[in-house]
Amino acid sequence: MANLIEMRGIVKRFGPVKALDGVDLRLEPGKILSLCGENGSGKSTLMKVLCGIYPHGDYEGQILFEGEEVKARTIKDTEKLGIAIIHQELTLIKELSILENIFLGAEISTKGLMDFPAMHKRTAELLKRVKLDVSPQTKVGDLGVGQQQLVEIAKALSKKARVLVLDEPSAPLTESETAILLDLVQELRASGVSCIYISHKLGEVKHISDDICVIRDGVHIATKPASTMTTDDIITMMVGREMKQLFPREDHDIGEVILKVGPINAWDISNPRMKKVVNASFELRKGEILGVSGLVGSGRTELMECIYGCYRGNHEGGVELNGRPLKLASAREALVQGIAMVPEDRKRNGIVPIMSVGQNITLAYLNEFANYGMLSMAKETNAIKQSIASLRVKTPGPELAIRNLSGGNQQKAILARFLLSTPDVLILDEPTRGIDVGAKYEIYRLMFQLVKKGISIIMVSSELPEVLGISDRVLVMHEGVIKGDLPNENLTQEIIMDCALSEGTAQ
Amino acid sequence: MSEQQATSKSADGANQDLLEKLKPMNLQVLVMLFAIIIIMVFFYFMTDGSYLTTRNVSNLFRQTAITGILAIGMVFVIISGEIDLSVGSMMGLLGGVAAILDVWVGLPLSLTIVFTLAAGLILGFWNGWWVAYRKVPSFIVTLAGMLAFRGILIGLTDGTTVAPTSNAMSIIGQSYLPDMFSMVLAVGVLAAYMIWQQRVRGQNTQYGIQNEAQGMAFTKYAVIAVFSLGIVLLLNDYRGVPTPVLILTALMLIGTFVATKTTFGRRVYAIGGNVEASRLSGIDVEKTKLRVYTMHGLLVGVAALILSSRLGAGSPSAGNMAELDAIAACVIGGASLAGGVGTVVGAVIGAFIMASLDNGMSMMNVPTFWQYVVKGGILLLAVWMDSATKRRA
Repeated sequence: MANLIEMRGIVKRFGPVKALDGVDLRLEPGKILSLCGENGSGKSTLMKVLCGIYPHGDYEGQILFEGEEVKARTIKDTEKLGIAIIHQELTLIKELSILENIFLGAEISTKGLMDFPAMHKRTAELLKRVKLDVSPQTKVGDLGVGQQQLVEIAKALSKKARVLVLDEPSAPLTESETAILLDLVQELRASGVSCIYISHKLGEVKHISDDICVIRDGVHIATKPASTMTTDDIITMMVGREMKQLFPREDHDIGEVILKVGPINAWDISNPRMKKVVNASFELRKGEILGVSGLVGSGRTELMECIYGCYRGNHEGGVELNGRPLKLASAREALVQGIAMVPEDRKRNGIVPIMSVGQNITLAYLNEFANYGMLSMAKETNAIKQSIASLRVKTPGPELAIRNLSGGNQQKAILARFLLSTPDVLILDEPTRGIDVGAKYEIYRLMFQLVKKGISIIMVSSELPEVLGISDRVLVMHEGVIKGDLPNENLTQEIIMDCALSEGTAQ
Repeated sequence: MSEQQATSKSADGANQDLLEKLKPMNLQVLVMLFAIIIIMVFFYFMTDGSYLTTRNVSNLFRQTAITGILAIGMVFVIISGEIDLSVGSMMGLLGGVAAILDVWVGLPLSLTIVFTLAAGLILGFWNGWWVAYRKVPSFIVTLAGMLAFRGILIGLTDGTTVAPTSNAMSIIGQSYLPDMFSMVLAVGVLAAYMIWQQRVRGQNTQYGIQNEAQGMAFTKYAVIAVFSLGIVLLLNDYRGVPTPVLILTALMLIGTFVATKTTFGRRVYAIGGNVEASRLSGIDVEKTKLRVYTMHGLLVGVAALILSSRLGAGSPSAGNMAELDAIAACVIGGASLAGGVGTVVGAVIGAFIMASLDNGMSMMNVPTFWQYVVKGGILLLAVWMDSATKRRA
């Protein structure tokens, strides 16, 4: 069958660095091709080349669409051909309605006046096609992340997209939302829309792909039918070495209770009548890894923010660390008392993008390098060097702006920030979201190093295999309630899901 | 052999890192130096050479002082992601207060200075408190200040000019330093700088951090020494270093130190770069912003003293639109209104460019309306060039 898209020998340089080194990619019509690779392997760069974000001439190699060479200058040129990219970060405007978002920049109008009935009808059709049962007038900000993604897809379809590029669409989604998304992608395939699917979740990749293309360090490793590969094969190809074990569990001692939480109650920020956390209380022992599982919106992030003192809505309840009651007033006080938190949303709450990797690392404990407010650059540089080495942050140098690093390395730098001092309790909210297998593995190993030093870790995660693979004990949250506090012995994903969704509370 | 290779390789690496680090900054500085040279050459020919007489250069530096000092405070405000539109009115009001204390009350100079600076601190604190703790957007807070401060000034002075200021008062803005004094001071400061730099190198070695080659460092010292002593000689050739220029230089050095070598400075950049991340990293965002505005108020006080001293009076219209000159200076100097980016030295060079244009156009007898148009055009051009180069990168 003729290829819909063929990319031949794509080379893309950033200064002296080759981000892509002769990558080939072929997409047949009506197929789903998954693109796998570690963070920084060049997947996103390849897609930016395909979509014209890097204009023709900025890279070497050839792109053919239905056999004809494409020389796109802008993303508009590729949109005309029917290639639509849906970015990791959604680009919808939250204050506008679904309808207005879908037709943004392409409004149906007569002589400058918007034709709302026509747009309404068309939007309703599109929403039906993506199986989103809401009114076209709904404000996008009122939708969940999963629903917003469906709106993005509807928007792409409104532009008569023939190829959808989905860049890690499932990263912020719950399992049920992911299932809806995967069904939709498969249905679109049946109706002739091809798809390039980028994801770190190899289960999904296996499930929906016709073909899988693996790239590593900017080099095309292989493209094979999905049916001929196991997830282990994919991982081996991605990292270039065999991963014996995804979760490097290590034995460690667990001591006395050091943190007593709650009972904590918290209310929603925008809707003060809605309770987000209901009478939540738990204990944490020294050197323990406590996994907190639950769907997105189960109140786990709010609970963690209450403990760290940075929750913005109304909340009440206390935290006792080493027998001392703490006020829940600000992140600053929490850090001083020995509680640190690596936030969930790296981009919004973690990195200061224009500052250097080094300055990002020292941000939280800057006083350690200062006398009377004056910084000792030598002391600081030295600490940065050690941090970068011990957490294996891959960066050309500490002076580089952190936004230039891959997600996994940004995450390691943020971890480094909170490990410059030794906290008693480290809260990790989705520490491995959107980062690749190799970096995940390193972060797990680091977590075990930390608990061996006597630091206690609370890890919030949506990924059940991760929770089961790492935790000593698991808290299950659902709709603001801690439904279960289970030692991680013979636990299975089913038990956790049952616990979350069953009536009453299991202990 | 292999060891030698290794060291030369790592030195290479260090050089490259340094180059990477300096590249964006260098480009900005080069563009500004280039702009200054064009302006100089242009006015030199348009004024038949009188633009570059030592007398006029001395004037040029003196004119830079007020906008430059305002820009030093403003650049911190802009880096923190905020803005201050009240600067002109605040300077007018503080200048008026200084004149009233000097002329009407007859306080000795030292007390006038103390009270004026204290008033600057209070006004800055006022702005900062509303911005940081009451969460009113800084645009609005300082717009309110712009109106209110001007109003208070007119009320205090009853709309009249407060003049003439005392002889002592005129020292601040109109006097020149003795030649010998400036020379000795410059040499002293340079020596202190070199000793400090050498100590930093020592510390680096202690922590095993690669220093740049000692020869390179000495070349750098030499360039800085020749440049700064050259300026002192040039100014001495006329009547000496003007006192406001000394104040500007001192504040610029202190400002640069605060911005780059203190925890406070680092936090200002972080807040401008990402407020939420800063807050979650335990930075007291409100306190830092309050301090930025308070410090800014103090600097406006300094500028106000120089202004009243130069004018020999407190005038109800003094300092009108000075905020726009200060903002323009920061932006020309590379600060981004989005926050997180900017340098003190850049802001002062920006002020120098603005002063050069003002001065040159006045000498050419360009009508006032054209002066506004040209300054507006330059501002637009500077920001456009900035965003154009960023887009490419």
